[in-house]
Amino acid sequence: MSYPGLVADTIKFRGHNGDTGDAYYARPTAPAKVPGVVLIHHMPGWDEWIMEATRKLAHHGFATISPHLYFREGPGSPDDVGARVRAAGGVADDQVVGDAKGAAAYLRAQPNANGKVGVIGYCSGGRHAFLTAAKAPDDFNALVDCWGGNVVVDDPKALNDKRPVAPIDLADKIKCPILGIFGNDDENPNKDQVNRTEAVLKKLGKNYAFHRYDNAGHAFFNAARVAYRPEQAADGWAKVFDFFHKYLG
Amino acid sequence: MCSYIVEKARLIGTAKGPNSRWMRVDTANVYYDHPYEAQLDHALCVDFVCEADGGRERVAIEISRESALELIERIKAALASGDVSHANAAACSLKGSQADLAALF
Repeated sequence: MSYPGLVADTIKFRGHNGDTGDAYYARPTAPAKVPGVVLIHHMPGWDEWIMEATRKLAHHGFATISPHLYFREGPGSPDDVGARVRAAGGVADDQVVGDAKGAAAYLRAQPNANGKVGVIGYCSGGRHAFLTAAKAPDDFNALVDCWGGNVVVDDPKALNDKRPVAPIDLADKIKCPILGIFGNDDENPNKDQVNRTEAVLKKLGKNYAFHRYDNAGHAFFNAARVAYRPEQAADGWAKVFDFFHKYLG
Repeated sequence: MCSYIVEKARLIGTAKGPNSRWMRVDTANVYYDHPYEAQLDHALCVDFVCEADGGRERVAIEISRESALELIERIKAALASGDVSHANAAACSLKGSQADLAALF
C-alpha cells in the first residue's frame, strides 16, 4: 500500500459577515470525491498542533479546513494573536458559527467534494463545534466534540454578550450524529458535566456515542504537550476516523 | 481549563524580551489556564502589554503554579527589604545633611 498523498496550504475563506480570513486547508490528492471536515481550533489558537491535526484528517481521507478564528485580530504569531483575543474576552459565539459555516461552504465548493461535511473541535473548539452543529444544523452532517468545556454552564456568570447561551440548551437543534471524546481526569468538562451532557442527548433521542478515557485529562491527543496519552489518543483518533467515514462517506 | 477568565492589573513601568526594545507597559493580563508553550498542563500566565499603545505587543511568561506562588513571595520580600534599605538610606542622608549644616554654622 502506498501512502496517500495530500496537499496542505493556507488559503483565504469567507467567514462570518463575509469577512475574509486565513484557513489551513489539507486535502487528499487521490482523484476521488471526498468528504469534508471543518476543524475548530482550541483556545490557545491556530497553532502547530492544529495544523498537524488538519493534515492527519486529510491523511485519513477527509478534505479538512481549519479556519483561523482570530484572523480579525490582524497578523502576528498565533500565540500573540491568541493572547490579544483572550484579553478581549474571547471570540463571540455567533462569529465562530459564521466562520465555521463559511469554512463548510468552502469545502462544498471544491470540485472533489462529496457534499458531506463534518465538524470537529478540541477544547474550546469542542464547545464551538457543538454550538455550530446546533446553530447551523443544515450545514453539517456529523459532529465530534473533543473535550469541549463549558457545554454545560454551571456558573451563570460565564454567560455574557459573546457567549449568551449554554450550548447544552441548544442540543435539541442538532440534527447530525454526535461523537464525544473525553478524558476522565479532565476538569473542564469534568465527569459530572460529561454525564449531564450525555443525559440530555439521551433524553432528546439523539444519535450519539460518548467515549471516556481513564488516565487521560484535557487535550490528550496533543503529542506536543505533557497531557498526551498515546494509547488513549490512538484509540480516540481511530474512533473519530470511523465515525466520520460512517457518516460522511 | 479554557476559562476565558483574565485578571487585569494596572501597572506603571517597562518590560523587555530577548532581542527587543524596552516597551512601556500599563497592564498585566493574568490567567491560570493551558499555556501555549510551557510543558505544563496548566500555567500561571502573564502578558505584559501597553493598552494605551494599542496592546498589540507583549512580554509574556508562563510558569507553574508553584513558581507563581514562589514569585509572589519573592516580590513581597524584595519590596520589604527594599523599603527598609531605602528608609535607612534616607535617614543616613538626612543625618549627613544635618552634620554638614552644623559644621557650617
